[in-house]
Amino acid sequence: MENSQEQILSEVTGSEYKYGFTTDIETELIPAGLNEDIIRMISARKNEPEFMLEFRLKAYRHWKTMEMPRWAHLNIPPIDFQQIIYYAAPKSRPNPKSLDEVDPELLRTFEKLGIPLEEQKQLAGVAVDVVMDSVSVKTTFKETLAELGVIFCSMSEAIREHPDLVKKYLGSVVPYTDNFFASLNSAVFSDGSFCYIPKGVRCPMELSTYFRINAANTGQFERTLIVAEDDSYVSYLEGCTAPMRDEHQLHAAVVEIVALDNAEVKYSTVQNWYPGDKHGQGGIYNFVTKRGICKGDNSKISWTQVETGSAITWKYPSCILKGDNSVGEFYSVAVTNNFQQADTGTKMIHIGKNTRSTIISKGISAGYGQNSYRGLVKVTKNAAGVRNFTQCDSLLLGDKCGAHTFPYLEVENDTAIIEHEATTSKISEDQIFYCNQRGLDNETAVGLIVNGYAREVLNKLPMEFAVEAQKLLQISLEGSVG
Amino acid sequence: MDSESHTYELKNEFIKLYQQNADFLNSNSGPLMNEFRPKAFDDFVKLGIPTTKNEAYKYTHIEEYLKGNYEVEFSVDPFRINLKEIFKCDIPDLDTYVVLMLNGSYYYDNQMPSLPDGIIVCGLNEASVRYPEIFRMHYGKYADTATDGLIALNTLFAYDGVFIYIPDKMTIEKPLQIINISYSFRNLRITRRNLIVAGSGSSCNIVFCDHTLCAHNYTTNSLTEIFAAQDANIEVTRIQNENSLSSHISHTFFHQEERSSVTSNTISLHGGLIRNNFFARLNGTGCESNHYGLFMGDDNQHIANFTYINHAMPNCTSNQLFKGILDENATGAFNGKIYVSKDAQKTLAYQKNSNLLLSPAARMNSKPHLEIYADDVKCSHGATIGSIDAEAMFYLRSRGITEKEARQLLMYAFAYEIINKINIEVLRDRIIDLVDRRLRGELSRCNNCHIHCQ
Repeated sequence: MENSQEQILSEVTGSEYKYGFTTDIETELIPAGLNEDIIRMISARKNEPEFMLEFRLKAYRHWKTMEMPRWAHLNIPPIDFQQIIYYAAPKSRPNPKSLDEVDPELLRTFEKLGIPLEEQKQLAGVAVDVVMDSVSVKTTFKETLAELGVIFCSMSEAIREHPDLVKKYLGSVVPYTDNFFASLNSAVFSDGSFCYIPKGVRCPMELSTYFRINAANTGQFERTLIVAEDDSYVSYLEGCTAPMRDEHQLHAAVVEIVALDNAEVKYSTVQNWYPGDKHGQGGIYNFVTKRGICKGDNSKISWTQVETGSAITWKYPSCILKGDNSVGEFYSVAVTNNFQQADTGTKMIHIGKNTRSTIISKGISAGYGQNSYRGLVKVTKNAAGVRNFTQCDSLLLGDKCGAHTFPYLEVENDTAIIEHEATTSKISEDQIFYCNQRGLDNETAVGLIVNGYAREVLNKLPMEFAVEAQKLLQISLEGSVG
Repeated sequence: MDSESHTYELKNEFIKLYQQNADFLNSNSGPLMNEFRPKAFDDFVKLGIPTTKNEAYKYTHIEEYLKGNYEVEFSVDPFRINLKEIFKCDIPDLDTYVVLMLNGSYYYDNQMPSLPDGIIVCGLNEASVRYPEIFRMHYGKYADTATDGLIALNTLFAYDGVFIYIPDKMTIEKPLQIINISYSFRNLRITRRNLIVAGSGSSCNIVFCDHTLCAHNYTTNSLTEIFAAQDANIEVTRIQNENSLSSHISHTFFHQEERSSVTSNTISLHGGLIRNNFFARLNGTGCESNHYGLFMGDDNQHIANFTYINHAMPNCTSNQLFKGILDENATGAFNGKIYVSKDAQKTLAYQKNSNLLLSPAARMNSKPHLEIYADDVKCSHGATIGSIDAEAMFYLRSRGITEKEARQLLMYAFAYEIINKINIEVLRDRIIDLVDRRLRGELSRCNNCHIHCQ
């Protein structure tokens, strides 16, 4: 038993990162380092209006006064922010009008990733915005969406063509002063996706952004803004991969969501940045600020995330439940294998009356992985009738890994009902034995048990993503019986 | 002025206070105690008073309670009042060895004629001179002054407290009852330092009662180190009942060796600020460590419980259950931590915190926290915050019980889970009575106390 376990474990840890290829594509880079000139350069390259440059500079000046936070349960080697290239773009014509104009090498990249970028794959029914390194390369289904008034485009395009909307909402949920990495992002973000759903529109297809870091020594800083007007609905997907490199690369994104009266936004992430090799060499630092505000009454924001990649993950997709009767949800599966570290969770800030939130977090640690859940449920004084349910479970596979929970419950209203529960355990020998008895080998059994364990969250993902996520889980963990 | 500069001022105040009294402290306490002062001083200078930026004190503005006009009484020979005349524990049929403590010092006239042979109960200062071997082995060994400014502060000003030693294989049938009395004609800062050493295979039951006998402000910084040798069995029950002007910070350190069993049960009935820090290090295999707490707050009281259960060795079990009932403007905090080190396989660790909020202004912050580095473990934690269950209320009301009585019944049922863990029957009955009256809003002062606290 022991031997076979070790064999399986080594197989698993030896399994290659599937998306580790690099694309040989001409890339336009700016010099490494960060100063006001670099920011002016980024802004100029993107032909941004004056207000954006001001926003960036304000953010940069604020960032300079800040220190990198150290409170997370993470071991982060020092990051030299002057060694990073803050802008890298695939060198093709800036605004491809059709697929023919996109670099074929780039298209092959996305084919390898299995992204239905080509419009012929209409059946997939997903509108995709692809961000490579820092620049959005192609948005599909734009016309179909435009008919309904839905705006789905790259952030640079939105800044140029919908400056009023951008001006109104950018930084309204995550201000440029919010935290170290959000400030950095506000200063240097190069692209991202923008999505606007007008009043009463139910977006007919899943909107999706695929992020890819390709160039070496670059950081990726994208910014996503989703605005859902009254009575609208949108489901948004986000996926990410990166090549295998020995050095660490920084990814510091900001996602902002605004949901007005009766609007519903569903945001799903399958995060599969390169996690580093089995000795902890290389991998992406994924330091992300994601926050949504339920501004209107009866609105709803739902975060679903499957985190299998990145050397270090540090993110807390949060909901500010401001509108009465608004709902916040957070479903998460986070896997840390080898030397991966994750400190992730959510914040539910209840401000409106009768607001409800659900948090389901499933952590899985294997190898030397350190997995932390950190969450805050805050009920402010005037938020009457609040209901929260939190469940965070941890599964430990292997005796070198760790699982930690840091939940904060802050309640200032007596009508609130807040429940939190958490468990930590390993896969029991009984469970394995039961499966063995029925003819399943250890590897299949663990896969089955882990998938069952994560099912509650995977079920919340749109179908296409759920399949991918399930496969990812299998790849990262199969057979690692502790 | 922001709170940080307040804290800074307060820190300097304490430093000055120490410098003024260092000679007196050092010449009146045993050398084994004085040995710890220089390091405690350095640590305090480094750490200062914990602010809310300190994760462990995030929800407790400790400096608010420590500042103000206080006098300090550094006297190993407190004024000789006849304590027995003004105070008598009124729990009927509670048969204990009573040890009185006055303002942090061991009361000179404690008499325990029938104490079994070999058991030592005396003042800490006295013990440091008379029993240097035991003292040297344990004093300051579990409470690390480098971890918390308040621990450093306690070690810095420590001069007396109670010392208990139970030899190997000895069982004391009767509980030892330590009654901490604050009695003075002015506001007072009190530092109390206790040391309890239980030999292997020994068994004892210790009851601490905290009382204030005057309506003055008291800030107490009390620290107890408890050593449980192999197979030792220690039960500690603490009843905290002080006036609402008083602030009480208590640190309890349990150091457990193989197969030892420790149960602490803390009933916080009343007090302006109550901050209890529990640390347990399970330093041998097969240990059991249980920590229970019940706290009730109203008015502007603040009650905070902090736990840190360190599973350093395999095959240990720990349980934590803390329940709070908060009314009016009371605020509560629970900050619990289970740490399972990478060698501590087969650990079972449970933690639960439940809270009732009875008024719109009452507030509760809870942070149940797990840090686990071993895989073959079963750990769980849970926390709930809510008001009285409307359905349960309706059930009782529909059976003709008045709203007030139904509420009382439900609160009592909520509290009973903790009270029921107390093994001394007469004490349990007494606490049931105290809690019942406390929940009815009657100040549950002991019956024949002459002093009418506010």
